[in-house]
Amino acid sequence: MRATFVASEVSSGLRRNLTMTLAVIITVAVSLGLFGASLLVRAQVTTMKDFWYDKVEVSIFLCSKGSDTPSCSGEAVTQAQRDQIKSDLESLRPLVQEIFYESKADAFKRFQEQFKNSPIADNVTEGALPESFRVKLSDPTSYEVVASAFAGRPGIEQVNDQRQILDKFFRLLGGLQLIALLIALSMLVVTVLLIVNTMRVAAFSRRRETGIMRLVGASNFYIQLPFLLEAAFSAGVGALLAIVGLIITKAVVIDQILAPSFQFTSFVGWDAVFAIAPIMFVTGILLAGLAAFFTLRKYLRV
Amino acid sequence: MILFDRVSKIYASQTRPALDAVSLEIEKGEFIFLVGPSGSGKSTFLRLVLREERPTSGQVWVAGKELSKLSNWKIPGLRRQIGTVFQDFRLLPNKTVAENVAFALEVIGKPKSHIKRVVPEVLEVVGLEGKELRRPDELSGGEQQRVAIARAFVNRPMILIADEPTGNLDPGTSADIMKLLDRINQLGTTVVMSTHDSNIVDQMRRRVIELDGGHLVRDQSRGVYGYAQ
Ligand SMILES: Nc1ncnc2c1ncn2[C@@H]1O[C@H](COP(=O)(O)OP(=O)(O)OP(=O)(O)O)[C@@H](O)[C@H]1O
Ligand SMILES: [Mg+2]
Repeated sequence: MRATFVASEVSSGLRRNLTMTLAVIITVAVSLGLFGASLLVRAQVTTMKDFWYDKVEVSIFLCSKGSDTPSCSGEAVTQAQRDQIKSDLESLRPLVQEIFYESKADAFKRFQEQFKNSPIADNVTEGALPESFRVKLSDPTSYEVVASAFAGRPGIEQVNDQRQILDKFFRLLGGLQLIALLIALSMLVVTVLLIVNTMRVAAFSRRRETGIMRLVGASNFYIQLPFLLEAAFSAGVGALLAIVGLIITKAVVIDQILAPSFQFTSFVGWDAVFAIAPIMFVTGILLAGLAAFFTLRKYLRV
Repeated sequence: MILFDRVSKIYASQTRPALDAVSLEIEKGEFIFLVGPSGSGKSTFLRLVLREERPTSGQVWVAGKELSKLSNWKIPGLRRQIGTVFQDFRLLPNKTVAENVAFALEVIGKPKSHIKRVVPEVLEVVGLEGKELRRPDELSGGEQQRVAIARAFVNRPMILIADEPTGNLDPGTSADIMKLLDRINQLGTTVVMSTHDSNIVDQMRRRVIELDGGHLVRDQSRGVYGYAQ
């Protein structure tokens, strides 16, 4: 194997087919970029889930005088009921991680704090807001355990799970991410087809050389290697461009633009980028390999 | 060196066989003319020797090996022992004479030092010294064919296959090419050459194998082109 000879064959092949080479590089970059972006969105959804699920809590609202829920029968919760609920919650440890009791006065204070610039605050009087237990679960998905244990019990007006609202939101994000992934996958298929076609054109335009190579007894490997290396080179460059795009997205779009404007949530870290980049690169090389597998067997046989 | 044992070849798209139960043996060092009308199967015969085609039935033996038993990865090894020359030269237009010959060595992985040594040698054998740096379009047809022969011979193959090597050349140039092929034959290479050129065959008086419609119709040592004698 003569490395310099192969290298010169590859570079002349790439230059001869410059437009096709560029087309392959750009297509690989775009499709892999999209692929990487959809993986990044996925990582983002996971990050947000971790962030938000950690903060959500189950609220158990207790009856106030005049509540028309059947379990309240118009009466405020009694001290006995309150103590019973509290001790039942304690018995659910370790699923129940933390328990806060919020009295009517606390609820009013918090409400005033939250809406201090809003006229709503003026219309709400102390006593209008129910007292509640705020419960943090070690496993937020086990909300049902708490709901079934407490919903409808005497003294409890309502059991509320913030997680259900978040779930809707995350399902929406998950759907968007799936669509992005499907688009990316179809782009990857298009990319394979383009590489196949490019290799076919390259094989055709070099049929004279390859014909002579066959006749003088060059091995299959030697005949096919330049084509393989060309495809791998284009795919590799395209993949690197896509990775650069991903890094810019993280450094500029996420860190400089999104993160400062949306401070209520956290964004994917560099660890996600470092995990996704190699996947993109390997996928790019695999694309070229797949295309080569289809093409070379058919057009460059002994 | 080459043995055909009841070899038939029917191309996929054809019903009539291109070769029909051809049996013959070619010894080491022989010089063979393969003659016959157009479409009689000469090129098919030569392609079978190169394992570019496989016989539909029968066996082809080259250098002691039965080709249908030769696994794919051993085919290049077979072809390295066989030089090939065609009517249309098959040179690379953007490479010089020396590069065209060197190409055949580069692609089978020969070291540079070896190439540097043997390319000028073989160019001298074919009479192209001083024209190493010309490109094919700066050469006459005869000279181009010499380059092709140099490329075919540079590995000192056991067999040289020439499919109408003088088909594009005028009689004078053809005679020179024949002298060259004769010289190569005398250096020990078995030469199998298909041709339509009766003058050449009649002058050289070598073994003549005639095909007609895929049948072997004549096998004559020191023969002439046609039956008329
Ligand atoms: N690749 C192919 N596919 C199908 N048929 C073929 C193929 N090559 C040759 N043939 C057929 O096989 C027969 C023999 O062809 P071949 O090329 O061996 O003849 P030939 O003796 O070399 O002719 P010529 O003197 O014109 O070169 C012809 O009928 C031809 O049409
Ligand atoms: Mg022919």
